[in-house]
Parts: sequence; C-alpha cells; structure tokens
Amino acid sequence: MKAKIYVTLKRGVLDPPGKAIRASLSHLGIDGVEDVRVGKFMEITLKEIGVDEARRRLDEACRRLLANTVIEEYRIEIGG
Amino acid sequence: MNEKTVTPELAREHGLSPAEYRTVLGILGRTPSLTELGIFSVMWSEHCSYKSSRIHLKKFPTKGPRVLQGPGENAGIVDIGDGLAVVFKMESHNHPSFIEPYQGAATGVGGILRDVFTMGARPIASLNSLRFGRPEHPRTRYLVSGVVSGIAGYGNCIGVPTVGGEVSFDECYDGNILVNAFTLGVVRHERIWLGTAAGVGNPVIYVGSKTGRDGIHGATMASGEFDEKSEEKRPTVQVGDPFTEKLLLEACLELMRTDAIVGIQDMGAAGLTSSSFEMASRGGSGFLMDLDRVPQREEGMTPYELMLSESQERMLIVAKKGREDEVREIFEKWDLDVSVIGEVTGDGVGRVRWRGKTVAEIPIAALTDKAPVYDRPAERPEGQDALQRLDPAGLPAPSDLGETWVRLMCGPELADKKWVFRQYDHMIRTNTLILPGSDAAVLRVKGTRKGIALSVDCNSRYCYLDPFVGGMIAVCEGARNVACSGAEPIGLSDCLNFGNPEKPEVMWQFRSAIEGMAKACEALGVPVVSGNVSFYNETMGKGIHPTPAVAMVGLLEEASKRRVQWFSTDGDLVLLAGADRLGVHLGGSLYLKEIHGKVAGIPPPVDLAHEKRLQEFLREAASVDLIASAHDLAEGGFACALAESCISGPGSAMGARVLNPFPDTTRPDFAMFSECQGVVLLSCAPAKRDALLELARRFRITMKELGVVVGEHVDIEGLARVGAAELRTAWSEGFAAALGLEK
Amino acid sequence: MKTAVLVFPGSNCDHDAYHALKHVVGVDAEFVWHKQGTLDGFDAVVIPGGFTYGDYLRSGAMAKLSPVMGAVRRFAEGGGPVIGICNGFQILLEAGLLPGAMIVNDSLRFVCDYVHLRAGTDRTPFTRGIPEGTILKIPVAHYQGNYYADEQTLSFLEERGQVVFRYCDPEGNVTRESNPNGSARNIAGICSEAGNVLGMMPHPERCSEEAMGSADGRRLFDALVAWLGERTA
Repeated sequence: MKAKIYVTLKRGVLDPPGKAIRASLSHLGIDGVEDVRVGKFMEITLKEIGVDEARRRLDEACRRLLANTVIEEYRIEIGG
Repeated sequence: MNEKTVTPELAREHGLSPAEYRTVLGILGRTPSLTELGIFSVMWSEHCSYKSSRIHLKKFPTKGPRVLQGPGENAGIVDIGDGLAVVFKMESHNHPSFIEPYQGAATGVGGILRDVFTMGARPIASLNSLRFGRPEHPRTRYLVSGVVSGIAGYGNCIGVPTVGGEVSFDECYDGNILVNAFTLGVVRHERIWLGTAAGVGNPVIYVGSKTGRDGIHGATMASGEFDEKSEEKRPTVQVGDPFTEKLLLEACLELMRTDAIVGIQDMGAAGLTSSSFEMASRGGSGFLMDLDRVPQREEGMTPYELMLSESQERMLIVAKKGREDEVREIFEKWDLDVSVIGEVTGDGVGRVRWRGKTVAEIPIAALTDKAPVYDRPAERPEGQDALQRLDPAGLPAPSDLGETWVRLMCGPELADKKWVFRQYDHMIRTNTLILPGSDAAVLRVKGTRKGIALSVDCNSRYCYLDPFVGGMIAVCEGARNVACSGAEPIGLSDCLNFGNPEKPEVMWQFRSAIEGMAKACEALGVPVVSGNVSFYNETMGKGIHPTPAVAMVGLLEEASKRRVQWFSTDGDLVLLAGADRLGVHLGGSLYLKEIHGKVAGIPPPVDLAHEKRLQEFLREAASVDLIASAHDLAEGGFACALAESCISGPGSAMGARVLNPFPDTTRPDFAMFSECQGVVLLSCAPAKRDALLELARRFRITMKELGVVVGEHVDIEGLARVGAAELRTAWSEGFAAALGLEK
Repeated sequence: MKTAVLVFPGSNCDHDAYHALKHVVGVDAEFVWHKQGTLDGFDAVVIPGGFTYGDYLRSGAMAKLSPVMGAVRRFAEGGGPVIGICNGFQILLEAGLLPGAMIVNDSLRFVCDYVHLRAGTDRTPFTRGIPEGTILKIPVAHYQGNYYADEQTLSFLEERGQVVFRYCDPEGNVTRESNPNGSARNIAGICSEAGNVLGMMPHPERCSEEAMGSADGRRLFDALVAWLGERTA
C-alpha cells in the first residue's frame, strides 16, 4: 500500500526558499502569485497492514523523524 | 532475453567507424554480441581511448626525479620528501554540466576525488577551472549558479576544501561551458595502491552504490526491438551522492591500511567496463565476472546496461584470495554494498556471464593494443594570419584612464571571486594557510614543515591567437603563480579542452598547444604526470577557443616562507622584477577585448630561460625573507596587477604611489594595460631593499624600483589615480553585478 | 582528562577537533563511533561538524537516533560538558538537548567565511574566562545555520543567560550586516539552562592556531581544560 506524506514549515517560520521562488515567478512574468511555501513530499510504500495501523505507524514516524515538530507540521494521506 | 543482432549499422550508431568495426570482427573472429559491442564502443571512444590525442600527448615530458607515477594510472604521483607523495589529477565534465549544471559539476568533483583516493591518498584540496559564455547571455547566470552550487554541494559534503580556481567568460563558451575539476591528496610511499588486477584466483569485489541506468548513452536498447517500454529505460542524468562517497572514501582508506588487497580502481566513465578491462590490462591478466552478483537498484537490467552504467560512487577491488571477509566487514560497517562478482584468471581474456550464459568474451591485450590511434590531419587555419594582425596605433585612446581602469577591475574577469569561493568550504581540515584570493593557494602538510602550493590557469585568448605560445604561457603562468607564493613547481596536471578533432584546424590547435606546453615543461623542469582530454566542445559547428587548462603543484620546504600577492604594510617599497620584459603587448589582452571589443594580435613573447631564473629568484627571495608580497603581471597588465596588490588582501585596502614603469611610451593606456610575460610586482620592507637588489643581480633579473605602499589611492604617477577603498568596494561587487546575481 | 570526539557517518570535522584538542591544546582525545552506547571514562564530549547522513531530510535529523546520543543525554544530565559545533549543534537541537531549530541560510547559499562573535555569558565550561562582551574572530561554514525559535523561547534564552554568542562586527556591534545567515537575534551559539551543553555554528577548532588566521578558537578549549581542572582539584 502507498502513503503520501507532506511536511511543511509552520506558519510563522520564515521560509527563505519560498520567498525567493515567489520573486522569481514574478520576474518570469507569472502574475497573481501571492505566496509560496516550500516543503517536502515523501512517498512511502508499506506492506498491507491496514489503513488504521499504517496511519498510526506513519504518525509516529513523522513525530520522531520525518518532521521536526519545532518548525514543521505534517499531513498523511493513505492510499491513492 | 533476445539481444539485438549486431550489424555494421548498429556499430556505427555506437560510434564505431567501419574500419574500427572491422578490427573488432578481426579480434573476435565473429560478430560481437550486443554487450561486446557496447564494451568496444565505450573502450574505443575518444574519452576512454584518447585515440585522437595519444600520439601528441607523447610529446609531454612525464618523467623526473620526483615522479613516482606518470600518466596511465588513475592519477599522477610526485614525491615531496619525508616519505610522502602528492597524488593529483584534473578532469573535465563539460558536456554534462551544460545540460544539468548542478549534477554535472557535482559528479565531476566526485569522479576526480575517486581517482585520487583510489590510489590510497586522502584528498586534501580541490580546485576548479570554469569557463562560461558571455555574462549577458540568458543562460549564463543559471549555469554559473548551478555549477558553483554543484561543486559546493558535493565538495563541502565530502569534506575536502575547495581552495582555489579560476572563472572566465567568453562568447566562444556560450554553447559549451567548461568545468574542469582538480583534486590533490597526500600519501605515504608505502601506502600507494595501483589499479592492477593480478594473482590468478583472486576475487574481484564490487563495492559502493548499487548500479542503475545512470548515464548510459546507448543509441539502442539492449533487449529486443523498440517498444512502449523503451521510454522508461531511457538514459538518465548521473546524480551524485556525496554522502555515499564520503562513506566510500573512509571505507577504502580503512581497507588500504590492511594488506588484504592487490589492486583497486574507481568506476568512472564506462563504469564496470573500463575498471575491469583496465585493471586486467595493467596486470596482464584476465577475469571472469558474473553480472548476476552486481548489486542493482533497478529491475530487469541487461548485461549491456550493467557493463555500461555510469552510476556513481562505486569501486572495483581485487583482493587476496581468502581475505574477502575482511573486505566485506569494512564495507558493511560503513553501510555500503559489497559483492564478490568475479575472479582474476590467467588467460588474458575478459569474460562476462549473465544468467548462466557468457555474454562477452574479449581478449584484453587486443582490446588495448588494437585500439584505434589516429594521426588526424592538422592544418593552420587560413584566417590565422589575419587574426594575428593588430595595429595598436589605430586604437582610440580612452578619454578617462581611471574610469577604464576601474571598468577592467570590476568586470567579471578580474572582479573579486568571493561570490564563488564563499560557497566553498575552503577551511575544512585546517590545512589551508593561504585562502582563496591569492595567486596560489597554500596548504600545510601536518607532521612536516612543508607546504603545497596550487594554482590553475589558462588564457584561452592567447591560445586562440597562437596555440603554441598560448600553451607555453599556460605552463609558465602556472609555474610563476606557484613561485610567487614561494614554492618550487614539481608537477602539473592538465585538462585539454578543444573543439572537434576531425577538423584540421582544431587538430592544429591541439598539436601546437601541446608542443608549446611541452617546450615550457622541459625548460622549467616540470613534468606532466596526469591529465585529461576533452574534445568536441562545439555547438552548431562553432568550437571553443583552445583551452589547455594547467593545474600546477608546487612544494615549499618551509610553509612558513609562503608569500601572498597583496601588500601588507605602509612604507613597504614597491618594485618590479623582470622590468626588461616590459613592452607594448596588446595582442589578446583583456584591455583589447573589454574596451575595444577585439580579440586579435599575438600573445606576448615568452623567454623561457628568463622565466626559469625569475622563478628561482622568487623562491630564494621568499625563503630568505626578503619580500613581503609577489604578484605576477597577467590579464590587465601592470595597472591591474598593482590594483590587485593593493586591494585583494583580506584586510582593508592599501594604497600605493608608483612611477609609470614604461617611461617612453606615448600611449598611457598601453603602459597601463599591456600584458607582459615574466614580470612580477614585489613589495619589500625598506631594510631589505639592498639585499633584494643584490639577490636579483645574482639571478640576472632586472629590477626597477617604482615607489612605496602608502596613502589611500592607487596612484600611477602621470597616468591615473583611483581611491583604494572605493575601488575595493566596486571590485568586490563586480562579479555579482556583471551576472545579475544576488550579492 | 579525556575528551570524546563523536564520529557519525558523514562527520567531517572530527579530525580537526581531534587535532585542536590533542596536538594544539594538549588534551587527551579519542574518537567515539556513533554506535557506541556508553561514554564512561570521558570528561567532555565534542560533537563535531560535517554532513552526518548527508544532511538528508534535515541536518542532524538522523544522527540524533544513533546509540551514542543516549549516552550523550545521560552525560549532559549528569552535568558533563558537551559542545556541539555546526552539524553538532544541529544534532543537539534535533535531539532536544537544546531548544529551537535550524533552517536554511537566508541567502540560500552555503557560506564559508570568518565572522566576529560577541560573547554573551561566561558560565559555560567552554566560555569560562571569556567575559560578556569579548569579541572573537571565528569562521563559519554552513548552509543551514539560520537559528529559529519562537518568540517565547527566544525571550527565555535571553532572560536565563543562555545566549552564548551573537554575530557582530569587528567592533562588537550586533548588526544585520554582520549576520551571515539570518539567525534570529544574530544568535550564533546557545547553552542549556544548566549551562553545561553548548551549541554553536562557528568552528573554534578551525582557528586554534595563528597559522589559521586566528587563534581565538583555542580560548574555548583552554576554558574547558581550566573548568575540568577545577572540578578535579
């Protein structure tokens, strides 16, 4: 089974790469972009352990390693 | 699996000419398998076989009392005394860097690091020579950022300081940038390892990253006809993993401290193919490899792909029979893949098996001995005479000399390169005594009093106008830079970057440059111990200027005697060594190009005997503490060398008040910006003046006293004067400004 | 007196720290592999710089899980002196032994250069005898040295005297221009509440000898020796 994990900086934490990308988009002439936040995307392949168990394990993985909860938050999507 | 049947057309698509293919048929006595075709095509490619360059490379002097290993191995080795030696080489990664600048440059660094540590030496410093197109070209900024980040990303992660280099811009590189990477390591004589496969029955062991489809330039797919699945198997860009390389480096050095191995080589260009065949060739042996035992990270890899893959961070080891477990233990400790994939045989044949079948069986000696060697036609281009014509009197004189001076100093060629080297960790390993910014970097060798000086140079405009003289100058400048730091040049490595060798004018440039370099090497007593040739740097028929980059290595017996290029003390005297070599020389000069938009004329003349005496004088002057700084005249001539001596140091800008060293010229711009060879700007404490002049007389070097380090201006009396602090600010911002980069 | 220099996969500055301690300052030092679970017999711990685990995921994120970090935690809880330099600082932050986190430099570029630091407190074992206001010249070399903590944490650090070093100009003024990476409040180094754990981005082991361009870094190691000397006296 597959899971997708999105790790992003918390609101309020400065995002220098995001700022730089917003400026570059504007230079490219792509208007209307108000904000860019840069994060990480991870695709995890798991054995078939059931959705609830998968969510429990990945939640622990995020808290202990995949996200630094001082500055980051995470979202887990199972399946798809 | 149904391998494609090999035909002459397929061979052609693989880059083998009909004659080369006939040789293959002759060697095997039959049609080659697809895997064998892949092996021949890659081993006989220009990059691996040097077929267009070999006969000319023979002209280099490669031997000397200090040379322990000349060209032919992974890197060159030069003795530095106290039982130690330096191991070094320079290599190009031009084409990949144009396509993917970050990864192209990164994997270039990775490759050259492996070439050094595979010999048993811990790399202690890297340099690079970079050429980009016009600063205003739309792609240049992106390429500069990418290449510098890539070199930084890889070099910093693996923990080898990048201590110097050069960055240059010219229209001829618009479509073909050059990324030449150099690395040097230090090794004890008895700890040197070579890439040799010897000892029948000895195991052949693969270590490092798993093999994927990176960098396979196959015009054909290995399994059957083209179908929908072929898209997925398309060659991918090589992506480097510096973390794995760091682990590989530590594991290899740990292994090399034992005596469990016989030979080791990195898998670079042509991966498993070149490493296995080259090692066997050097050892006069054969091998049997089982590709099923190769660690793979993709599904369904064919033997063709496995043999040709250029996946990074892999090494091939020949160990002593019975010692496999020792090897395994070390690599497992460092979490690297390790697999015994074959053994050394005694019949001189390279045999490759896959799924129980023999897919390749090639006599090794023939593969090497019958490799094509070409003596391609060389012809001086018809337009060369016209190119060399230059009438300086016809050039309009600038209305404001000071403004012209500042413009040159702040242009991308001469501006402070701190934007670049601030991104490189140049201090790690705490050996860097002279940080980037001087004519040469100097490193200490812990445990001794010695220092190693490093510099990389090439003036490609000179080489374009006269490749023979340009080649001589490339060697002379490298040796002079190293001598300015107080060191004795002991060896060089080169990266010969040229256009299409099938064009007679390119071959003429190549041959001439080598002959010029060889002449200078002979005169200065500097051997060429390693190097690399990069041909086909052309786009749409337009080739680059001949660019034979020279990385010079120098030795200081006493690192404490090192000299920098900048003035340090108010009141110090400013002198010019080699003043008799001054003359009006504008051919190929930066002034001519930047201000008058021309590249024409002939390079400045070189007097090799004078060069040798000058360099010996500089070393002696440094060793007996007579000089405070030394900086040779190069691009931008006297005025720019003076300005650099005033403002390029790490402290605040110094000023100087000097005479015009060209008293009898009517054109002040010619005096300021003529480029002369064999002239060095020195500073010394007043108390040392007499002794310095006496020493110069002994070495028959003509000295001219010019003035003194003083004040807040860089002042050439009667010619021009600029504020030192203002110049320094503009100079330090010039590079980013010219390229439109963030400061 | 023996110092442990930890070595993780990807550590680079371990040799430099060892050289500074053993050959320059003259303190016994030993490399400790990250898989070792005990630090018995050591009087101080140095977590050196580098790119542990390639800085993949986040700097120090994976190193914090090594067995040796459990021993470091116990050692710190016992009051033992621990210094994390550069990547070592990042590892201490990830391990929760120091508050806050590191994000990428605001220039988005790696920066290797000499900087000036203003000392904030002399109560750590490494800054004993380096009074507040002392200016030190020490180099940085990092891509993710931009220190972040929320406002409340920053206030606590200030109030409790846990800000050990701030980036400043050569005269000691804490200015925006002197900040090489955008760190909150120009913070270059902090210590734990008890003061025995210090984390700093600049590299004192790179400037412990004049030949390197500055010997200011040596003061931190001399301070450690003096502090340990008093303990055993």
